Amino acid sequence: MSIAEKFYTMEYGAAPEDPKEAVQWLDRHHRRFDEFIGGAWVQPASGEYQTTSDPSTGETLAEVAKGNTADVEAAVFAARKALPAWQALSCHERARYLYALARQVQKHSRRLAVLETMDNGKPIRESRDIDIPLVARHFYHHAGWAQLLESEFPNYQACGVVGQIIPWNFPLLMFAWKVAPALAAGNTVVIKPAKYTPLTALAFAELAMEVGLPPGVLNVLTCDAKTGQALIEHPGIDKVAFTGSTEVGRTIRLATANSTKKLSLELGGKSPFVVFDDADLDSAVEGLVDAIWFNQGQVCCAGSRLLVQERVAETLYTKVRARMESLRVGPPLDKAIDIGAIVSPVQLESIRKMVDAGVAEGARCWQPSNPLPEKGCFFPPTLLTDVHPAATVVQEEIFGPVLVAMTFRTPAEAAELANNTIYGLAASIWSENINVALDLASQVKAGVVWVNCTNQFDAACGFGGYRESGYGREGGREGMLEYLTPEWLHTLPAAPEKAARPSAPEIDAPEETTSPLITSNIDRTVKQYIGGKQARPDSGYSFPVYGRDGELLGEAPLGNRKDVRNAVEAARNASGWAKTSAHNRAQVLYFLAENMIQRRDEIAHRLSRAVGPHPRNDQSEIQAGVEVDLSIERIFTYAAWADKYEGFVHHPPGRNITIAMPEAVGAIGILAPSEAPLLGLLSLVLSAIAVGNTVVAVPSDRYPLIIGDLYQLLDTSDVPAGVVNLVAGRPAELAKTLAEHDGIEAIWCFRSNEEADAVRAASIGNMKQVWTNDGHEYDWFNPAQAEGRWFLQHATQVKNIWVPYGE
Amino acid sequence: MALQPVTSNNSASHPKPHTVQSIPVVLNGRTLEANRRIPLNLDWVEGVRVNTSAVERRAATHLARRTVKKETQAAWLLRAIACMDLTTLSGDDSADRVRRLCAKARNPLQRHIVEGLGIEDLHLTVGAVCVYHAFVETAVKALEGSGIPVAAVSAGFPAGLSPLAERVEEIHRSVEAGAQEIDIVITRAHVFNGEWQALYDEVAAFKQAAGTAHMKAILGTGDLMTLRNVARASWVAMMAGADFIKTSTGKESINATLPVSLVMVRCIRDYAERSGSAVGFKPAGGIRTAKQATDWLAMMKDELGRPWLEPSLFRFGASGMLGDIERQLEHHLTGRYSATYRHPIA
Repeated sequence: MSIAEKFYTMEYGAAPEDPKEAVQWLDRHHRRFDEFIGGAWVQPASGEYQTTSDPSTGETLAEVAKGNTADVEAAVFAARKALPAWQALSCHERARYLYALARQVQKHSRRLAVLETMDNGKPIRESRDIDIPLVARHFYHHAGWAQLLESEFPNYQACGVVGQIIPWNFPLLMFAWKVAPALAAGNTVVIKPAKYTPLTALAFAELAMEVGLPPGVLNVLTCDAKTGQALIEHPGIDKVAFTGSTEVGRTIRLATANSTKKLSLELGGKSPFVVFDDADLDSAVEGLVDAIWFNQGQVCCAGSRLLVQERVAETLYTKVRARMESLRVGPPLDKAIDIGAIVSPVQLESIRKMVDAGVAEGARCWQPSNPLPEKGCFFPPTLLTDVHPAATVVQEEIFGPVLVAMTFRTPAEAAELANNTIYGLAASIWSENINVALDLASQVKAGVVWVNCTNQFDAACGFGGYRESGYGREGGREGMLEYLTPEWLHTLPAAPEKAARPSAPEIDAPEETTSPLITSNIDRTVKQYIGGKQARPDSGYSFPVYGRDGELLGEAPLGNRKDVRNAVEAARNASGWAKTSAHNRAQVLYFLAENMIQRRDEIAHRLSRAVGPHPRNDQSEIQAGVEVDLSIERIFTYAAWADKYEGFVHHPPGRNITIAMPEAVGAIGILAPSEAPLLGLLSLVLSAIAVGNTVVAVPSDRYPLIIGDLYQLLDTSDVPAGVVNLVAGRPAELAKTLAEHDGIEAIWCFRSNEEADAVRAASIGNMKQVWTNDGHEYDWFNPAQAEGRWFLQHATQVKNIWVPYGE
Repeated sequence: MALQPVTSNNSASHPKPHTVQSIPVVLNGRTLEANRRIPLNLDWVEGVRVNTSAVERRAATHLARRTVKKETQAAWLLRAIACMDLTTLSGDDSADRVRRLCAKARNPLQRHIVEGLGIEDLHLTVGAVCVYHAFVETAVKALEGSGIPVAAVSAGFPAGLSPLAERVEEIHRSVEAGAQEIDIVITRAHVFNGEWQALYDEVAAFKQAAGTAHMKAILGTGDLMTLRNVARASWVAMMAGADFIKTSTGKESINATLPVSLVMVRCIRDYAERSGSAVGFKPAGGIRTAKQATDWLAMMKDELGRPWLEPSLFRFGASGMLGDIERQLEHHLTGRYSATYRHPIA
């Protein structure tokens, strides 16, 4: 076409990025890559290689080592070997390495961007302007955390060797999100990039060599999912970090259930994109482009569920359709392309099937007329309307450029629809009224909320999910904590391996209890405490509780799954507690302490028959008295904390504030420890309710009668019904029901390792957060360890709300 | 409406000279009419929603998402020339200075560049020459036979604060002197004070005075400061019958920016959808480089479509941009970077 003709057509011509440098780099490696272990390229033990290809052409780019378990062994060994020396470095020395990595990424940014686009299929604009700059930013930011580690995280230590598995959608960015905080905190790393997209991780390994990162500090394994599983199961791994699908996250949870490995998971999503009738609709349309037509929609936090206020729905749909017509789908190396290639034929087929299923279920499918390239993995931008919450395409993550759209009538309905999902990764809210937007931001169950923007990321801001979108945060202070543990935790004595023999042996043979019940005990009936009421156990059974010298102290209700069900119901109905003002929660707790002071002696007296002398301090001191006194102090502590556990305001680049807000997790199940029946139980319950959670707590079977004392206190202290629910019974049995219950958002188990393992395994249904004593017996009598931030961190999850401003 | 050529110097050769090519004005499948005054609808003005941060982000991605290379880039730069109001609006303007500008307007590119690009048949000229009223006659004379219209800034340009009757009279005089296009300025205070009826009446009066001349309404976006003000003023000017809305006088401290342009272009789109009428857009001031020219063209193409790449619906107000474009085109031909002094000045 002549220039004169182009002058008339005014079409965009080709604007290809020159891949020469990246191609030369591949050629320099003879298009074959070994694994990066112990600071060197190591041939795979299998001797086998697998290929990685360009999804936009189908052309093979290189062969990459196919690691097996022997390589896992070698990599973990190298990382363990490197750990002491890496940790012996000063904060400053580690900071220098991270800084050098940031510089190196920046210096080779274009090669990395081109390589990423070739391997993944994402438009060069995105890899060049978003992925790689964010990678560099992540290392810069974490060079800072490395420098400040000792001063900002006193009394914390690195987890040790970290095993990390990352997805194919943002290969190098996810690599940075994993590696930078891990190294900054003083861990060493074994990381497995995704099978489809290993190249930039390998290129990064080369940069690490260039800056002289000590051998073994970073190891890159290329292998299949099965070998990846061997990595996370390896006993030499102390912490597992995973980003990927919820399905795989679940198998990782199961695979690590019998260990105390620290876990952070960043999983799938079906994030709502809410447009109110007072939104800047044209900007909201562009927001959708950034939400669902970014990275071909292969984004875990993609705004894939459009919720639009009825009044403006048709107007918005019309605008969206018009905008979709101007989206350019094509070769990802073209600089003027909006949508590149889907990562693989498998993924393309999966998207196609989901859309077909949606249409079969009645969705109206709209796709623009723009032609797709003839070969390669491409899928057009797609809008599905006439869908309903019951539709598969509304519930399930499609992970492609497919938007589903529904309407709402009121802000309350917007919140209900937004939260009508198993996921909780992100939300985008569009309104020109800050009141409306922030009101919904506070209600939506999501780790990241973008007001009048979407898919904004920064190293300073935490990213991560609620619900089945996983837990743990990446970025910012909250992200650093995922790679650290309190130093004192490792000095504690080991927890018992097995659950203690149940004190309620054979209920169907109560007649075997031959010794008559002491009169003073039998007239004191202890029941369950559910929804603010004393309730007889559903089973109709009670079990005897014996004192430390074998005397029968009384009978406790034998809870079963129905009691747990009722208690969870009550806890969920009391969720208004989280919205009670922090000042008010503090008042309630102080009042609780006041009432306990009144009853101090009688509680101590009864408790003293169950618990022995103080286990650590002066033998002559009676534990019961100390427990009650420390309990009173602990209530004061959490009353104090209630209005002081605050968030941060992050400062990402650009004109906006990001509010990192700790929020209550929800309904928490608590399995209380045996070693301090009152103090241990209260230490956990108080930290949970101080920040707005509601609890279903199972007292230790050592002295479950304590609930009789507690509910009298709770009743008289204005603790709203359902905030604290107490169910006695066999802890292991109740733990299973609690762990499996989808209405429970987190479960804390501070008992034997056996019980902790069972809780971890049983809790994968809704991916609830699990917190255990990590194989240690806590010292509940030491306030430095048994109260405060470590507990409150677990009682909350951080929501990052991005609020851009400007007129 | 079918685009009417500004002039009609027919040529049988192909391609036709750029000024006679006409394409239908269609937006999202709907054929649009030329704009005419419609009753003031305050709901449209008060219903304006503009989120500044979001607009800025979109404007930034406009730059990042599109680029043109090689022959396409050359063609797009030629398009920028065709859509250019070659302008001189200085206190030291003189008749000779205006004649020099007109000479460049007739022959915006050096002969060897025209031949090198193979575009002799386009008979490429700029879209118009834009001057103060005092030089309208000079310019009309200098451009005689070229088909290039003369645009006059008017209505108390640049402040727009002289008595209304005088401003209306100024438009009459410019039209009488031969101006085919009139660039008026609005009273910015009407926007600050929300005096929409007054603003509407003012623009309508100017439009009536302009008669058949094309009227561009300069909003003074640098003075209006907020994007919401820009949007509200755009709506009122369009309802009052403006043929074009234009960003700036070139005399404000902030001139045409991409975010401001994006807001105005979105208003044009919504207005077209609601009224069925096409309004043109003219960014002016601060657009100096060939790169900026293609950025704005890409924005027009993506936001409004191909019809808004015609001089009948899109103009750049520029004085220095032509020189940069000429240098870039020479680079396209030779592969060497050119120097400013090698090209005739306007």
